Amino acid sequence: MLASRALVRGLQSGFWRRVSTSSAAWAAHTHDVDVIDCSVPQYNNRLDTPLPDVPFVRNLSAEQKKLKEKEKGSWTQLTKEEKLALYRLTHELSYAEMRQGSKEWMTVLGGIFIFLGFTGLLVWWQRVYVYGDVPHTLSEESVAQQTQRMIDMRVNPVHGFSHKWDYEKKQWK
Amino acid sequence: MFSHVLLKVSSDRLWSFSSTASVAARSYSHGKQETDEEFDARWVTYFNKPDIDAWELRKGMNTLIGYDLVPEPKILEAALRACRRLNDLASAIRILEAVKDKSGPHKEIYPYVLQELRPTLSELGIPTPEELGIDKA
Repeated sequence: MLASRALVRGLQSGFWRRVSTSSAAWAAHTHDVDVIDCSVPQYNNRLDTPLPDVPFVRNLSAEQKKLKEKEKGSWTQLTKEEKLALYRLTHELSYAEMRQGSKEWMTVLGGIFIFLGFTGLLVWWQRVYVYGDVPHTLSEESVAQQTQRMIDMRVNPVHGFSHKWDYEKKQWK
Repeated sequence: MFSHVLLKVSSDRLWSFSSTASVAARSYSHGKQETDEEFDARWVTYFNKPDIDAWELRKGMNTLIGYDLVPEPKILEAALRACRRLNDLASAIRILEAVKDKSGPHKEIYPYVLQELRPTLSELGIPTPEELGIDKA
């Protein structure tokens, strides 16, 4: 039990986002995205939810606060940059940015092929160094004797093996 | 009788969303179907509430986008004016983006909507996503 707890701690500091409602939750307000406070509404980028529960930027600098004040007036007074800034304060990603894909699939496919190739090398080494000799019945001479015996026995004479042998001419049809 | 209850709930101003969200989408074999005009009128009234609050705007918009339709320009105009009352330019731009996304493969819908909304956009000073350059990633 203690070992698993240590494992969780290790993973938390390394990879996982910490989920906490305790004192570490205040860090969420300062945009430290390692900690998510699940007890309050979260910002999210979703195509089916155009207006998320909270704005993306919660703690506004003085300059941003001034811009918000200007927003209360006529929007025709705002410059294009200001309008864009206001949009980015509330939203992290635009719809176009949400929809764009990434090139991650190339990395994944490449990784798959690398590992398949490596496995192939291992299998080849195994074939050469681990497997013993093959039975003598697979030698050419043995196979020829076996084939002759099958012809003599008339194996599958209607549609199969012996059907393909011409017994008059003593050769394959 | 069941349908009567639904209609009554939908005509009440302070409706609960769990029941009316399904009225528009529900098709029943008996009882009155809500017409497109009634649907539009209901939503225009919703966004035209003078003291609409930010939550109601978000809820209304997110619900509307959840339906299998692109909202009529008159509903969107009411929503944009609600954004203006709430001093929320970012949401206004977001609504336009959502409409374009909602049209999906029907590329002719978004230009039509913009054309219908042009007077409102100019009056309120709402830029389109194209004007801000956020229509391309």
